[in-house]
Amino acid sequence: MPLRRKTAGAQRLKQAARSLGGFVVVTALTFIGLMAITFFIGRVIPIDPVLAVVGDRATQEQYDAARVAMGLDRPLVLQFVSYVGDVFQGNLGHSVSTNRPVAQDLARVFPATLEMATLGILIGVGLGVPCGTWAAARQGTWVDQLIRVFALLGYSVPAFWLGLVGLVVFYANLGWVAGPGRVDIFYEGLVEPRTGLMLVDAALASDWEVFWNALDHLILPAAILGFFSLAYIARMTRSFMLDTLGQEFITTARVKGVSEWRVIWVHGFRPIRVPLITVIGLSYAALLEGSVMIETVFSWPGIGNYLTVALLNADMNAVLGATLVIGAVFILINKLSDVLYRVLDPRSR
Amino acid sequence: MSPLLDVRNLRVSFPTPQGRAEVVKGLSFTLGRERLGIVGESGSGKSMTGRAILRLIRTPGRQEADRLAFDGIDLTTLSERRMRDLRGARISMIMQDPKFSLNPVMTVGAQIAEALLTHETLARRDVQARVIEMLHAVRINDPERVTGLYPHEVSGGMGQRIMIAMMLIPQPDLLIADEPTSALDVSVQAQVLDLIDELVRDKGMGLILISHDLQLVARYCDRILVMHAGQVVESCAAADLHKARHPYTRGLLAAVPRMEETRDELPVLDRSAWSGT
Amino acid sequence: MTTARHWLLDESPASRLQANLGHAYRMALQLARNPLAMVGAFILLLLILAALFAPWIAPYSPLGQNLEARLLPPSAQHWMGTDELGRDIFSRVIYGARITLTIVALVAVISAPLGLLIGAISGYFGGWTDKLLMGVTDVFLSMPKLILALAFVAALGPGIENAIIAIAITSWPAYARIARAETLTFRNSEFISATRLLGASHARIITRHVLPLCTSSMIVRVTLDMAGIILTAAGLGFLGLGAQPPLPEWGAMISRGRTFILDQWWVATMPGFAIIVVSLGFCFLGDGLRDVLDPKQGGKS
Repeated sequence: MPLRRKTAGAQRLKQAARSLGGFVVVTALTFIGLMAITFFIGRVIPIDPVLAVVGDRATQEQYDAARVAMGLDRPLVLQFVSYVGDVFQGNLGHSVSTNRPVAQDLARVFPATLEMATLGILIGVGLGVPCGTWAAARQGTWVDQLIRVFALLGYSVPAFWLGLVGLVVFYANLGWVAGPGRVDIFYEGLVEPRTGLMLVDAALASDWEVFWNALDHLILPAAILGFFSLAYIARMTRSFMLDTLGQEFITTARVKGVSEWRVIWVHGFRPIRVPLITVIGLSYAALLEGSVMIETVFSWPGIGNYLTVALLNADMNAVLGATLVIGAVFILINKLSDVLYRVLDPRSR
Repeated sequence: MSPLLDVRNLRVSFPTPQGRAEVVKGLSFTLGRERLGIVGESGSGKSMTGRAILRLIRTPGRQEADRLAFDGIDLTTLSERRMRDLRGARISMIMQDPKFSLNPVMTVGAQIAEALLTHETLARRDVQARVIEMLHAVRINDPERVTGLYPHEVSGGMGQRIMIAMMLIPQPDLLIADEPTSALDVSVQAQVLDLIDELVRDKGMGLILISHDLQLVARYCDRILVMHAGQVVESCAAADLHKARHPYTRGLLAAVPRMEETRDELPVLDRSAWSGT
Repeated sequence: MTTARHWLLDESPASRLQANLGHAYRMALQLARNPLAMVGAFILLLLILAALFAPWIAPYSPLGQNLEARLLPPSAQHWMGTDELGRDIFSRVIYGARITLTIVALVAVISAPLGLLIGAISGYFGGWTDKLLMGVTDVFLSMPKLILALAFVAALGPGIENAIIAIAITSWPAYARIARAETLTFRNSEFISATRLLGASHARIITRHVLPLCTSSMIVRVTLDMAGIILTAAGLGFLGLGAQPPLPEWGAMISRGRTFILDQWWVATMPGFAIIVVSLGFCFLGDGLRDVLDPKQGGKS
């Protein structure tokens, strides 16, 4: 018997190693593809990429110098290779609007987005999973219809509009939450940015006043962001749940006289935990994308806001850098949840 | 003494775009502590009958009956909660295919223990002992190991024994077996049926064996109902099967190959003989 | 009437036309039983009517300024109030339907056939063609759509045409995936081999036999994606990268109203309602269509 366990364990390990190997190769290829796209957008599409970088007030000498510095006199393939090399060294170019290396800028703004997206996904999972399960258990009733419409709203409401309405209602009229920004202006710079996550930094410094103020600012944008993941998670949970609840083993559980609550949450829910992880991973990645609009509305100093400011200033290096980072995180989470699925599902053991 | 199960005018219907379609049309029978076989082709409503007895027809399906009583208890008016107390504990059902009817992400031991714990409060050690004992009773070697396995790690025959163990562990009075062997290899079919037969006789339970196989039902049951298109077309003692009168039953019997076959061609069921019923 | 109905629902149709029409009629009947789908169809009908007859429906000009009537709240004269230049918001929303419909239609017309063709070729030929095409598709699929569209518009320059191109570029991969999956299910089937034996060229098999079979799942997917396309287009407009002022594009209108959001809430909120209603309409209809055309994808409702 112990022998059998061991071989089974070794087999699992082997399989995990194989899926990990596949994961690395596929992810690497996708990254190269991502870089090809950003390279294409930055160097090929613009009629004059040099002009896009130096601006139209540059002199001819400045223009020529920039052209050579950007390596645009070399063949396209070589340009791409050196672009990939630069990206791997963390060199994303210089931002004309902040006058700093783009990589530095991104490292500074990313935690703010991460903080908001993380609270958002917690809200989305915390409400979306029960809502979806409930709708599936009451399939066809008004509860199901209501949750269905509510979830479809998540596909139909513009994030920026919901942000504006949220500000008007909860900040301006009701005064329940704080307004735009990460903290009130007089709390700014009080805690040392160790992780860049305001809540964590304030907690580390035991500065609870800053902590509550930061939470006050965070809760509305995170809740709105969470609503969008709630919509997706609830829909997927409902559909997985309906699939499972139609299975024969659910009838078996009912034959045994198991309570309806247990039928749903133990027999119905357990088999969908693994596919749900993928869904949650996907919606977490999607929140990074959704944060672009929300951050613009809430003046949230994250990567989304950085991207839109760069867009309006035609700061191409910053735009492409932000696109690359968001894209990379997106791909990474996507592929990771794929691997997790394969490793965690008992049926694939 | 009232019979174990009394069914009168049972109807099960499902909605279709053309209105409600009845799959069971007014079924009546009574059952004592005996073995009843329900035979019919797929779609004849035999499986729905089994589920309707447990009141497990899910919406949008609907079931109605003039009388549906188990051991004197009227099942049609029983609250869902009381019905749950009855399910498993007093009426149980063995499902068709262990590949689908066992929960794929719960261990075998946990699933059997659940059947017991739903109806009894027991210490953990006692539960484990009862599960092991039950697995022994269904002739599973090395039950300690089997309790830790997942359903996909056991064979079909073993899966069905696990199913039997799970359904018999709370010691019900009536067992419904819905095509218990049709998903299994021929070689293990007889073993599983013999096992069910033995356990049912030992404990003096009532058995409803649902199958499409007339010979098989005749061998393991005392009485036979032949169902066709939602209705009973023949009801007789298993021993009198050869005296069956309805053309459908006769057709079924004629289509069975014999050991010393003299016919060049097996007759095909002539459905015109009873069409319109 | 009853004979026509009878003819349509005939179990053994006499001609291909009767079979096709009967099939469509049954689908329509099934769709008509889904109240949400009917609401969706009704909303889309309104959108199309508003776009077609905007000059007759809108009480004012969408562009004409009237500085004396600036920022008026909703009233009997101005159902949705007026904006900072005294333009009637209701009239602008009605004219905005034209822009939204144009964007949605163009994106669908560009990206759906493109994805369909790439997917069908990929699935039909298999091998290296498949690996290469799906490799490219997967790279696009694993990228965030909105961000990609933003980057494209940044490179192409702001404007409604570029917004449409950018959205179309980010939408086709999903369709390619579906078309490929569909194609794979019947690539090796008898009727394809039979057609090949008759000497039909690859191009003919793909266009006459493969593509038509992919269309139903494609219609479902495109309808469901419409809401996302509208939101992306509005988002680009909101960021000032899509339709440019003074065009009455809904996203751009919200962006203008943002400045007065605390005092004159209607300027920004009214166009938002238009976006929500239209997007919801597409979602409802798409959900209903999926239940009818592609039952294995949706819940068993």
